[in-house]
Amino acid sequence: MITKLFLERYDKVGLIFLGIMATIAIFVPLSNLLLPTDSFLHVPTYVMSLIGKYLCYAILALSLDLVWGYCGILSLGHGAFFALGGYAMGMYLMRQIGARGVYGNPDLPDFMVFLNWKVLPWFWYGFDMFPFALLMMALVPGLLAFLFGWLAFRSRVTGVYLSIITQAMTYALLLAFFRNDMGFGGNNGLTDFKDILGFSIQAQGTRAALFFATALLLILSYVLARWMVTTAFGKVLIAVRDAESRTRFLGYRVEHFKLLVFTVSAAMAGLAGALYVPQVGIINPSEFSPANSIEAVIWVAVGGRGTLVGAALGAVVVNFLKTWFTTGFLAPYWLFMLGGLFIFVTLAMPKGIVGTLQDWSARRRERATYTEKSAQKIAEQGE
Amino acid sequence: MIQVRAFCAAVISLFAFLMFAPAAQADFASSLARFAQDEFSETALAIDEIAASGGSRAQQVLEALGSARLFVDPASKKVYWRAATSDRTIHDAANGEPVADPPAGLQVVRINNRLRGATLNAIGALTLMAPDPARRRAAAESIFKSRDASALAPLEAAIKNEKDPAIAALFAQARAVLMLAEPQTTKDQQLEAISILRMRADIGAIAALRSISATADADVKALAADAVTAIEARLKLMSHVQNVWYGLSLGSVLLLAAIGLAITFGVMGVINMAHGEMVMLGAYTTFVVQEVFRAYAPAWFDWSLAVALPLAFLFTGLVGVAIERGVIRFLYGRPLETLLATWGVSLILQQAVRTIFGPSNREVGAPSYMSGAFDLLGLSVTWGRMWIIVFTLFVFVSLLLALKHTSLGLHMRAVTQNRRMASAMGIRTPWVDAMTFGLGSGLAGIAGVALSQIDNVSPNLGQSYIIDSFMVVVFGGVGNLWGTLVSAFALGVANKFLEPVAGAVLAKIFILVLLILFIQKRPRGLFALKGRAVEA
Repeated sequence: MITKLFLERYDKVGLIFLGIMATIAIFVPLSNLLLPTDSFLHVPTYVMSLIGKYLCYAILALSLDLVWGYCGILSLGHGAFFALGGYAMGMYLMRQIGARGVYGNPDLPDFMVFLNWKVLPWFWYGFDMFPFALLMMALVPGLLAFLFGWLAFRSRVTGVYLSIITQAMTYALLLAFFRNDMGFGGNNGLTDFKDILGFSIQAQGTRAALFFATALLLILSYVLARWMVTTAFGKVLIAVRDAESRTRFLGYRVEHFKLLVFTVSAAMAGLAGALYVPQVGIINPSEFSPANSIEAVIWVAVGGRGTLVGAALGAVVVNFLKTWFTTGFLAPYWLFMLGGLFIFVTLAMPKGIVGTLQDWSARRRERATYTEKSAQKIAEQGE
Repeated sequence: MIQVRAFCAAVISLFAFLMFAPAAQADFASSLARFAQDEFSETALAIDEIAASGGSRAQQVLEALGSARLFVDPASKKVYWRAATSDRTIHDAANGEPVADPPAGLQVVRINNRLRGATLNAIGALTLMAPDPARRRAAAESIFKSRDASALAPLEAAIKNEKDPAIAALFAQARAVLMLAEPQTTKDQQLEAISILRMRADIGAIAALRSISATADADVKALAADAVTAIEARLKLMSHVQNVWYGLSLGSVLLLAAIGLAITFGVMGVINMAHGEMVMLGAYTTFVVQEVFRAYAPAWFDWSLAVALPLAFLFTGLVGVAIERGVIRFLYGRPLETLLATWGVSLILQQAVRTIFGPSNREVGAPSYMSGAFDLLGLSVTWGRMWIIVFTLFVFVSLLLALKHTSLGLHMRAVTQNRRMASAMGIRTPWVDAMTFGLGSGLAGIAGVALSQIDNVSPNLGQSYIIDSFMVVVFGGVGNLWGTLVSAFALGVANKFLEPVAGAVLAKIFILVLLILFIQKRPRGLFALKGRAVEA
């Protein structure tokens, strides 16, 4: 009964996605740790890290799809939430270095010693404790989104205007985090991490565990997002997307719905960023750059907005292409590719990969029933 | 007749030269000989005599003496000086000619502190008479700063000779400073000096006025204190004026960059993310035009901008129309998708320029009328900034007139106000869209020509302006050029007033945050179009 209830929430695509993700979550770390390196099925550590990175992007895309695909809020600042979560994790990891830094100061991270600071700034307090840091990874982006959304949605800033001010937000944060005086490592950001939860961050086992955590977070995010969009709450979100004024006239407090989904989405993006940082080993202000946020939007568009699975797929596909293109002799042409992708997807494939596939199968089914009916008719007429 | 007169003049001048030149030379040589005595008293006399003889040779010798580059050959008693340049050639002091093989065992002419001061004064006095106005100006400033009483006599002489009124005023100010420091000046002279310094009105004048001795006359002290407060008030005002000026300058740049965006956004409701790249294309057009000028007509280089302007307008305008026809027209009614597609266009344009011209900055020269500065009531105004403001206002006014008095302008306004009604009245809205996009892009190209004069021309040029341009447009309100004007200058001035307080980066962050908050208050900008339409 419970299984049935659970399964009812998912369409075929969703179930396939969950199946694949569960397989990856279990297979990749185990294969990396247990199988011999010369085995055909062995996943090398760098490949695992790379896939882990893609999965973090997939969570970010998923969170963006939740607001853009289902509620029509095109956020050009989701990279900021991702980066804020990453900074929260980075701060925890910096505190874990302890006295092993270049300057050997047990309390202050190296860059603060370098800047001649004597005491830890107040906003660094508590980041030596993982539970607190974990809370902050979701809370800081969530809170910022709540504040931002509370102001913006209440005064009915919509459409292009909203996109522009979200971009202004991430741009302002970019400038702010570049400043040394902010106490976040300025230009260089946070790096040279050593431990996470007492395990060496370079160790193979830790990397496998991080990969597993990322895959698990992706699954959980999908389940949460799917739950949100399939309940009555989700129907209202879609109504807001398609006819905001009408929804408002029907008596719904549109801004409350938008605010909730925006906040949840930002917290999700923050957690994605938090898992991203230990896997790539650095967080710096360039993560805030507006171009990153816009790139995340294209992942969603490529995969198919309003499909959730498509967003995750788009993130993985585009980033795989990016890795493939930017490492080879094709590197100078990557921006042509990316730009072309933007234009192609918006012009020719507005529903993205998953949306287009769903359309096809729907049409085929329709045609199938149609031919069936006409065959019946012919048979009837023949009688 | 003329020939005869010219001949006479030549003869007379030759005669005069023969008469006086050797005499002066002999004088100079005997003064130089005093250096060889190696006595401080003789050296002091030599300094005075050489300073009195004047001319560039005297200056060379005195400067060499002051910086220990003047030598005496003990054997021949001849005097030499070494060039301050890196090749350190030795010159004969008597005629200033370089000496190929200087004698060995040259000895430096020794001086003490008193003599060093005298040397410096003598150099100062010489430069007060120098033919080059810039040197006379510098000499006056150095006397003003040093307040050296011994410079008074040459200064008086120089004031009598001076023809240039601006430099004469500087001399008078320097003299006023010396008068104030001098104990024997009368009360009237002091009062006059104070009023001269009050006119000068800068920090140096304040310092001079503050240094008036406590024993001075009460009236003098009162007037000086009064002058100090007046100057301080003026300086404060000047710093505000300067901030406003810098703000207007920044605002005009913002306006230039944003004005095309305002048009496309206003008419089509679309944020064109490739707008910054249009600015960049305009700047690169300038670069190409200048390269052609450098190669084929270097003498006409000052005209390169005048040629680049229409070319940039046409080129970027055509690119704009191509983008509209090729991409945007398929996306009407989907502004967010258009935003993404134009971002894609911007990436392609950036990479194309990077592939063709390379990723590094390109050198765009400034024509002669764009460089230099002039002084406006104590405010230093650079010509480049000045012309950009003038140019921006010119573009703005022409655009305003075009929108008011051309049929395209009429159609554009109609489409901005109510697209469907305009279409129902027979306006070909797709055509208006294409033309609008072309016009907006062309304006961006023009902006690129202007910005190439003050910014680095690189493939990233557009990206640094795009967010600022959005802010200007959103702040000003859609479909209202005056709103864009007000918003550009308001943002520019606010930025420049915040900068001294908070620093450049923090000021920018403040402005962004303020804008985000402002949008909450007025979601349609400062001057929103009034209408009854419900947002879909």
